[in-house]
Amino acid sequence: MSASSIGAPGRDRRTALALGRRRKRVDLLVRVLCCAATVLALGFLVSILWLLTYRGFAAMDLSLFTTSTRPPGSGGGLLNAIVGSLIQVAIATALGTPIGMLVGTYLAEYARTSQLGNVVRFVSDILLSAPSILIGLFVYQLLVVPFGGFSGWAGVVALSIILVPVVVRTTEDMLRLIPDTLREAVAGLGAPKWKMIVLVCWRSALNGILTGILLGIARIAGETAPLLFTSLGNNAFSTDLSRPFPSLPIAIYAYAASPYEDWIAMAWAGALLTTALVLGLNVLARAVLKTRS
Amino acid sequence: MSQATALPDAMVTPPPARQGKSAASPGDAIFAAACTAAGVFVLLLLGGIIVELFIGGWPAFREFGLGFVTGTVWNPVDQVFGAGVSIYGTLVTAVLALLLAVPLAFGVAFYLTELAPGWLRGPVGTAIELLAAVPSIIYGMWGFFLLAPIMASSVQPWMIDTIGEIPIFGELFQGPAFGTGIFTASLVLAIMVLPFIAATMRDVFQQVPQVYKESAYGLGATTWEVVRGVVLPYTRVSVAGGIMLGLGRALGETMAVTFVIGNANRISTSLFGPGNTIASIVALEFGESELGSLKLSALLGLGFILFVISFLVLAASRFLLRPRIGS
Repeated sequence: MSASSIGAPGRDRRTALALGRRRKRVDLLVRVLCCAATVLALGFLVSILWLLTYRGFAAMDLSLFTTSTRPPGSGGGLLNAIVGSLIQVAIATALGTPIGMLVGTYLAEYARTSQLGNVVRFVSDILLSAPSILIGLFVYQLLVVPFGGFSGWAGVVALSIILVPVVVRTTEDMLRLIPDTLREAVAGLGAPKWKMIVLVCWRSALNGILTGILLGIARIAGETAPLLFTSLGNNAFSTDLSRPFPSLPIAIYAYAASPYEDWIAMAWAGALLTTALVLGLNVLARAVLKTRS
Repeated sequence: MSQATALPDAMVTPPPARQGKSAASPGDAIFAAACTAAGVFVLLLLGGIIVELFIGGWPAFREFGLGFVTGTVWNPVDQVFGAGVSIYGTLVTAVLALLLAVPLAFGVAFYLTELAPGWLRGPVGTAIELLAAVPSIIYGMWGFFLLAPIMASSVQPWMIDTIGEIPIFGELFQGPAFGTGIFTASLVLAIMVLPFIAATMRDVFQQVPQVYKESAYGLGATTWEVVRGVVLPYTRVSVAGGIMLGLGRALGETMAVTFVIGNANRISTSLFGPGNTIASIVALEFGESELGSLKLSALLGLGFILFVISFLVLAASRFLLRPRIGS
């Protein structure tokens, strides 16, 4: 409206309005596409959960928990696999948790900036995302070949190797959240460093470390590939870890790939159990983390 | 020992500082040594994986030399083993999975950081993270029993009729619609790596200083223009790191791929054709290989190659995602 725009005020204004409309339209388009992407991603989750619930509950039945594998067409259940998984995951957690906590403590309390610490942190993060099948091959070479056969112990070791980096990551992160003034206060009272770490740092980070352990358990509870090369699976009920050992993921794999309808149904029931456990642990881990604040 | 038991007293009644320090040293030395040993143990673990896989694969490497990597014949009867097809399948499925996953992951991250109302961010973010927690074998069953039949009956025939008609490029989308195959495997992989990429993107998007975004809004920019002009340039290195993390995950995924890739040792011109990946061939053929056989060695050699590829990709991801001073 000023003197400078006297040439073609109408055209400039129209161009500006058109440009503005175009920019708004592009913005709207991107917003809609992003919402659609989120809905699609959530849709995948819903689809997986729906399929598991639908097929899993159809096959759910008490004999699943009271009988072991039987030949196709004659009933049977998942008892051996469930117990086998529980035993292996429990021992692997007991083995891997202390190591993971010590490594996390080393990174957060002793080697924050040291060269060795940086290398350990890097390697631990690589192991966190490394293909689990390779851990299985490694343990096969390390424990199965020299000791003459597949064994539950080999499976336990493979699972604990997978668990360690998960615990390392959360332990270090949680210890680093503790303010240094707290450490200085403890040191100022004359406490040695190890007491400061065990009695004060670990205790303040307890919920966080617990979250890491729960996430680690959730991670190894559904691992299948490493067990193929280590504990192999076993159709009979077994508590002897020095022999091939049954586990739920291996049973699911074997049943789902079989041509028998009743075995495939059992695979779905097992899949529902495993997923419920894994997702339940994940939700629980998040709840534990929230209670700290 | 006596020094260690004297500690509580030393804490209650402050002794001279020097004495307190010397009383602490045995426990401290042991604890520090335990922590350091655990740290070194992690290094040994990685070293052990490399060495054991290489030793295991050595007979195959010695027998076939460089031809092991480039050879495309996998014939247990003639004792000829080449990893070419599996390496090709691994790379193609992983890259295709990224092409599908990255736009989706960006959309999710954009939604979670800019569009979603506050009360929805937590639940939707958690749901996306749960997608990452679902075990691989569950994805395999979902892909095989639900996705593959849908692909075979409607998606693939439709794609063959539309994209498949385009000259040259369409070659990739032709052939019979089995349902299983390279393309379906990539799709399942894409869903599996999507949450990892989306979570990384969301986290780095949130690190952009609010004043940068507000200045762009102040100039009249739309939300999309702010993300394209401010957020993405600011975070591009970390976004690349997140994508590499997804690639590293996709390369070694085993159970899900084994279910849906069709498991054939050949390179087909169509993406709908069957194939295999390093992880899937190892998982499937391992049970049929005898201890000490050349085949077992070839499988371990494949494991070594997969390890080298994923190590490089994950190291690159880690390098790109390293915390930077000033950001």
